[in-house]
Amino acid sequence: MVGVTREAETNSNQTVTRRLEPELFDCRDTFSRTMEEMAGKNPKICAVVNDSVSSTKLKNFRSKFPDRFVNVGIAEQNMVGVGCGLANGGMQPYVAGASCFLTARAMEQIKVDLGYSNSNVKLCGMSSGMAYGELGPTHHSVEDVAWMRIIPNLAVVVPADPIETRAVLLYSEQHVGPMFLRISRLPVPRVLDEDYQFELGKAVQLREGTDVTLITNGVLVSRALEASDQLAAQGIHARVLNMSSIKPLDIEAILKAARETSRIVTAEEGFAAGGLGGAVAEVLALNHPVPMRILGLPDQFAPTGSAEFLLEHFGLTASGMCTAAKQLLRNEKIRDE
Amino acid sequence: MEHLFSSHDAQGQIPLTVHELAEAARWLRISAMTMTHHAGIGHTGGDLSAADILATLYLGGVLRARPNDPSWPERDRFIMSKGHCSGIFYSTLAARGFFPADTLKTYMDSMSKLNGHPDRNKVAGVEANTGPLGHGLPIAVGAALASRMAHMSWRVYVLTGDGELQEGSNWEAAMTAQHYGLDNLVVIVDRNRIQQGDFTESTIRMDPMTDKWRAFGFHTLEVDGHNHGDLLAAFAEAESTKDRPTCIVANTVKGKGVSFAENSPAWHHGVPTSEQLRAAAAELGVEVPWLA
Repeated sequence: MVGVTREAETNSNQTVTRRLEPELFDCRDTFSRTMEEMAGKNPKICAVVNDSVSSTKLKNFRSKFPDRFVNVGIAEQNMVGVGCGLANGGMQPYVAGASCFLTARAMEQIKVDLGYSNSNVKLCGMSSGMAYGELGPTHHSVEDVAWMRIIPNLAVVVPADPIETRAVLLYSEQHVGPMFLRISRLPVPRVLDEDYQFELGKAVQLREGTDVTLITNGVLVSRALEASDQLAAQGIHARVLNMSSIKPLDIEAILKAARETSRIVTAEEGFAAGGLGGAVAEVLALNHPVPMRILGLPDQFAPTGSAEFLLEHFGLTASGMCTAAKQLLRNEKIRDE
Repeated sequence: MEHLFSSHDAQGQIPLTVHELAEAARWLRISAMTMTHHAGIGHTGGDLSAADILATLYLGGVLRARPNDPSWPERDRFIMSKGHCSGIFYSTLAARGFFPADTLKTYMDSMSKLNGHPDRNKVAGVEANTGPLGHGLPIAVGAALASRMAHMSWRVYVLTGDGELQEGSNWEAAMTAQHYGLDNLVVIVDRNRIQQGDFTESTIRMDPMTDKWRAFGFHTLEVDGHNHGDLLAAFAEAESTKDRPTCIVANTVKGKGVSFAENSPAWHHGVPTSEQLRAAAAELGVEVPWLA
C-alpha cells in the first residue's frame, strides 16, 4: 500500500492529500539554491561555514557572493560568535555546518550569543539525525532538537521536504531573531504542495483521521503518510501532523488531536528523550493526557549502519508507526475487556 | 567629579584631556567599588585594572558613539569580553551618558537592568551579552566583517582578560581575524597577570603573550595599560595599521589604584567593606559617590 493515499474525510482547509511521488530530493540542494536566491535579492544575507563548503552545498554561493561568504575554518564556537557579530553589524547571517558539530561544539555560544542575546542569526544544522549513519555516533545529530528547544528565544524548525525547506528559509529571512533549522541530507519525497507557505508555530495536517494521530517531522513525515495509508487499509484512520515547528509548538493542534483521536504516536529521527515526543508529552500531560507512544532512539548510541538501516533498526519506519498505533488501540481493547 | 562628564555634548565630540582622563578614571574606580560594596558581590580587581583602558576608549575620543542614539548603525563597536568586570563597564557607560549615573545604584538589585554581567537588550551601549569567557573576540570578528560587508567604516574594539585567553575560542577567532586581514579590529588584552584562583603564570602560563599574537598575524603593541597618553597613541597606531588586526597588550595591575587590592588574587572578586571603601576613596583622592 506504500504511496497510496486516501481522500481526506473532512473539509479541514489545512489538510493536504496527495500521492507520494517516487522522486526523492536532497533538501540541501534546495537549501543552497534558496540561499543564492535570497542573497541575490537581499544584500544583507551572508553565509558562515566551518570548512563545510561541500557538505552545506554552498560552493555556488561562494562563487556568486564571495564578499558575503565567511569560512572560519574548523572552529564552531568561533563560527557562531562570528554570526552574532555579523548580526550586530546589521547583516543577516546563515551559519551552516554539520548539525552534530554545530550544536554540540558551540552550545554555549548558541545559548548566550544567539538565544540570550536574541541575535538575528539563522543556524542551519546540516545532515542532521542519522544521515551520516555509517560514520557512527560521533557524526549523528540525534540530540540537537532536545538541546535547541530548551533555549529561550531560539525557534526550532525541522522541515519535511524540499518545498518546506524553501518555505522555511523564505520565512526565516523575514523573522527577526535566532532560529535553528535542521536540514537533512537523506533523500525524501515531496509531501507538501508547491504553493505551501510555512508558518512558525503551526502544524500542518497532512491526513485526516479519528482513531490515532501520528505526529512527526523531517525525514519521517513521508513514512508517517505511508503508515497512515497502511493503517487505512486495515480500517484504522490515522491523522498525520507535520510538526515541523518544534518551537514555538502548535499546542492547539496537539490538543485538538488528543480530543478528536484519543491516541498519539510521535516519531522523530533523534533520541526519544527531550525532543519532539518530549515536547508533545509535556503539552498532553499538563492539559489532556491520552495514551501515547514516543518513537525515537532509546538511551543508547546507535550501532554501525546506513541511515536507512538505523531508521529500520529503531523502528522509525511506516511499519514501526503502524505497530505503535495498533498497540495503543489494542491496549485499550484489552483494558476495556 | 561629574563636571568631567558634562564637558562633552550628547554626541560626545569633546574628548577629555589626558589629565582629565586620569581624574575620570579615579571616579570610575570608586564608582565600581561602591557598586560592588552595594551588591555584596563583584570583581574589584579586574574592574580596577581595566579602568584606564575604558576611560581612554569612551572618554578620550577613541570610540565614535552617540549615547542618545546607542544603536546608531555607524557607531564603533566595543565588546567587553571580560563581562564579569561590569562595575567598571557600567560606570564608564554612565559617564559617557548612555544612561543616568543614578542607575548604577541598582547594580545587581532584584529586577535591575544592571545584571552582574551585561545584557545588551537591557542596557544602552552594551553590544554583546558576555560573561562566559572567550565569547567577545569571535563576536568582534563578526562585527568587523560586517563593517566590511556593509561598506561601512566602523571599527571594533574588544577588551579581553589575560586568563580569559586560555579559552580556545579566542584563538579560533584570532585565526579568522588575521586570515581576513581585519585592520578595523583592535584586541586589547588586560594583562593584569591574575585570574580567579591564582597568578596566570602559576595557573596556565600565558607568556610570551605578545609573541602569541604576533605569531597569529596581528600587529602588536605593548603599553602601560594605566597610561592614558600611551593608550591613546596605541589606538592611533592601530587605526593607521593596514591589512591586519592589532593587538594591544596592556600591562596592568589588578586592583590598580587601591593599595590593599593591588596585585592580589584574593581581590579578583573581593568585596570592599565600608571602611575599605572609604580608605580607597581617600587614596584615590575622590569622594565615595553614594553609599547604599
